[in-house]
Amino acid sequence: MIPELGHFALILALALALTQASSALLGAARGNPTWIAVAHSSALGQLLFIFAAFATLVYGFVSNDLSLLYVASNSNASLPLQYRIAATWGGHEGSMLLWVLILAGWTVAVSRLSRHLATDFVARVLGVMGMVSAGLLAFLLLTSNPFLRLVPAAAHGRSLNPLLQDIGMVLHPPMLYMGYVGFSVAFALAIAALLSGRLDAAWARWSRPWTTLAWVFLTLGVALGSLWAYYELGWGGWWFWDPVENASFIPWLVGTALIHSLAVSENRGALKGWTVLLAIFAFSLSLLGTFLVRSGVLTSVHAFATDPARGTFVLVLLGLVVGGALLLYASRANRIGLGAGFDPISRESLLLLNNVMLAVAAGSVLLGTLYPLVLDALKVGKISVGRPYFETVFVPLMTPAMFLIGVGPMAHWKKVNLPDLALRLRWAFAVGVVSALFVPMAMGAWSTAVSFGILLSVWISASSVADLLGRLRNVHTAVSLLARLRANSRSYYGMLLAHIGVAVFIAGATLVTGYESDKEVRMGIGDTVEVGGYDFRLERMSEALGPNYTATRGEINVSRSGQAVTRMYPEKRNYGEQQRPMTEAAIDWGVTRDLYIAFGDQIEPGVWAVRIYHKPFVEFIWYGWLLMALGGLLAVFDRRYRVAVTSVQTVPPEPAPGRVVPSALVVA
Amino acid sequence: MNRQSLTWKSWRSASVALFMVMLSLAATVSWGKVAMPLAADPALELRMMTLAAELRCLVCQNQSLAESNAELAVDLRQLMRQQMRQGASNQDIIDYMVARYGDFVLYRPPLKASTVLLWSGPVMLLLLGLGLQWRTIRRQRTNQAAPDSRGGEPGSAKETA
Repeated sequence: MIPELGHFALILALALALTQASSALLGAARGNPTWIAVAHSSALGQLLFIFAAFATLVYGFVSNDLSLLYVASNSNASLPLQYRIAATWGGHEGSMLLWVLILAGWTVAVSRLSRHLATDFVARVLGVMGMVSAGLLAFLLLTSNPFLRLVPAAAHGRSLNPLLQDIGMVLHPPMLYMGYVGFSVAFALAIAALLSGRLDAAWARWSRPWTTLAWVFLTLGVALGSLWAYYELGWGGWWFWDPVENASFIPWLVGTALIHSLAVSENRGALKGWTVLLAIFAFSLSLLGTFLVRSGVLTSVHAFATDPARGTFVLVLLGLVVGGALLLYASRANRIGLGAGFDPISRESLLLLNNVMLAVAAGSVLLGTLYPLVLDALKVGKISVGRPYFETVFVPLMTPAMFLIGVGPMAHWKKVNLPDLALRLRWAFAVGVVSALFVPMAMGAWSTAVSFGILLSVWISASSVADLLGRLRNVHTAVSLLARLRANSRSYYGMLLAHIGVAVFIAGATLVTGYESDKEVRMGIGDTVEVGGYDFRLERMSEALGPNYTATRGEINVSRSGQAVTRMYPEKRNYGEQQRPMTEAAIDWGVTRDLYIAFGDQIEPGVWAVRIYHKPFVEFIWYGWLLMALGGLLAVFDRRYRVAVTSVQTVPPEPAPGRVVPSALVVA
Repeated sequence: MNRQSLTWKSWRSASVALFMVMLSLAATVSWGKVAMPLAADPALELRMMTLAAELRCLVCQNQSLAESNAELAVDLRQLMRQQMRQGASNQDIIDYMVARYGDFVLYRPPLKASTVLLWSGPVMLLLLGLGLQWRTIRRQRTNQAAPDSRGGEPGSAKETA
């Protein structure tokens, strides 16, 4: 009975999504406030009903209702509770339900927080989001219903893939989807602006916190995915260029470009066409990412679903979204103003170049990800595109963009005085060069790749610091340092933090690639091996019992020049007959290095194959991503967005261009 | 040979053997021995693994031969070691793998008619992007001459750093 209620709630949600879309768009076109009010209430109702449907599915998992096909194929009674809950989005149907739940959440957030904007503009935003939601709800109900019954009920549920029985499964998909779906707001704002012909500063300003927030979630999602793969897959890599990873990385790249483009559109009114295109593509690529991962067209670690009907449906949906949006863009493109002019070398043009490089990189990764699928579909041949291709293409494309991070923030709008800029950046560059020479030598082995990576990393950090110092110096010196620091906006500090995050990431990626060491050895009890200056000794092997697995657990004593460092417990886990044994790597986390031990097979009685890694600075990779996310968060909470919210409520709803621009002191 | 000396001798050899056993036990338990690398020849192993990282494990979902512990991957790594020991070059091994499994085994797709777009795509995208950059910059520069004639934002010009 309860699942049927969930199914029914989902149908009602579809009806409400259709109501929301039609009443909002018609209400905006006719200027009918009652219809617009209906759209706002429908958005809220939609959220409530989808939440109800989602709750019933979670309940199905918690109560282990094996008469539900979806529950029976993704969970069983022996699974610990937190993974039973997470198993709700462990498969295709449930993750799509999570998708629409999050979409409904974003919709209500927009409906509640955008009251200071013109009512017809907000109505169009709700209309677009309602259409997207209706499309996905129809997809769920027609091809991916999670509430299908199984008659008779299964006796035992199928086990969740052991790789997914991890805290990563609890956190990673919701984060990623918050990001994916969050771009629907930027998309809807852009479409609404095109529809109403008001691509003004108010539109760009109001798009920024939403886009940045979605980007923050996506950043965390990508980082969590990378971290999870690192500790769970057991071969110590942190990025595999797997199609599923690319599916989240491509929207991230485009979203990053969008954030920067929005800065130009808000402050200078320029590049608006470009911004709209990026908003359309960021969301479309998020949809494509969902399609790639969930339709089963990929053969990869994460693709579990296989059903061509779903693929066709999402492709049609995708075609409607992209095609419709681009058609609208094309019909309105000539009415998009150019905004304020700028010189060939100016902050605008540098940001444009950064956008171009990010978009080209995203396009190339997309090409490499889709190419084998297209060849296969055309029956031209089966090829694999993997790490060697992506690194050959991606690294040269991103390097200039990374270099520009150091220049962009210091460049003036409109026109750059090159000698002056060079003068202000000379110290940052000098510090970069010195570090590039010094760090590889301090690490004990020269490597040109490391040297170059360090140059980029230090260049970005040092120029960020130089920019901040320059700003502090420019203010009247009689003002206290604290006051001078506070004169800069939160979004400025957010930008600095995010850029330093990129620098930290580059440092980590470069150092771990250049200096990691590993050994694969045969170990019996009492054997020792030295890796990266640490001595590892296998003390004992024992059997351990988990909630739904048995494990062979090793105890390895780690010491360094005779001093005990830690004890590590790598495991080989057995999750029952149907699964191959899983390696559960033991990791000794450390800021400057990780020690990573993975058990292989038993070679002979009492002797195991063991792989031990020493990974210097590997954690900087995720610290970098975390800093980027924190920087984004800081920017979201910039005061001027709140100023805009509070100061404009009393003003009549029609926003004239440039009206919602109360503060002139903020740039970033 | 009398019986006494025989017993003495066997007693002595037995005690020596016992001592050796104890010594070796002690060695494993308290001092341990240095674990042997899985591969006999580390230099060859490094070369093999570097090459294996560019080849796909065909029975895995998306893992290279270097990363996978599937039976096929282990066998193929063993085969590569053998071939390398017999003096095969990297290209010889790649050719062998392609002959046996097709292009699908290569993570770096070979340049041929069907992959021209794959390899030239990024360059074309870059040219397209730089073309757009150039066009935008030209338009914006001329736009500068008459800033407000084509939709320049009033008030935005004063918003500078």
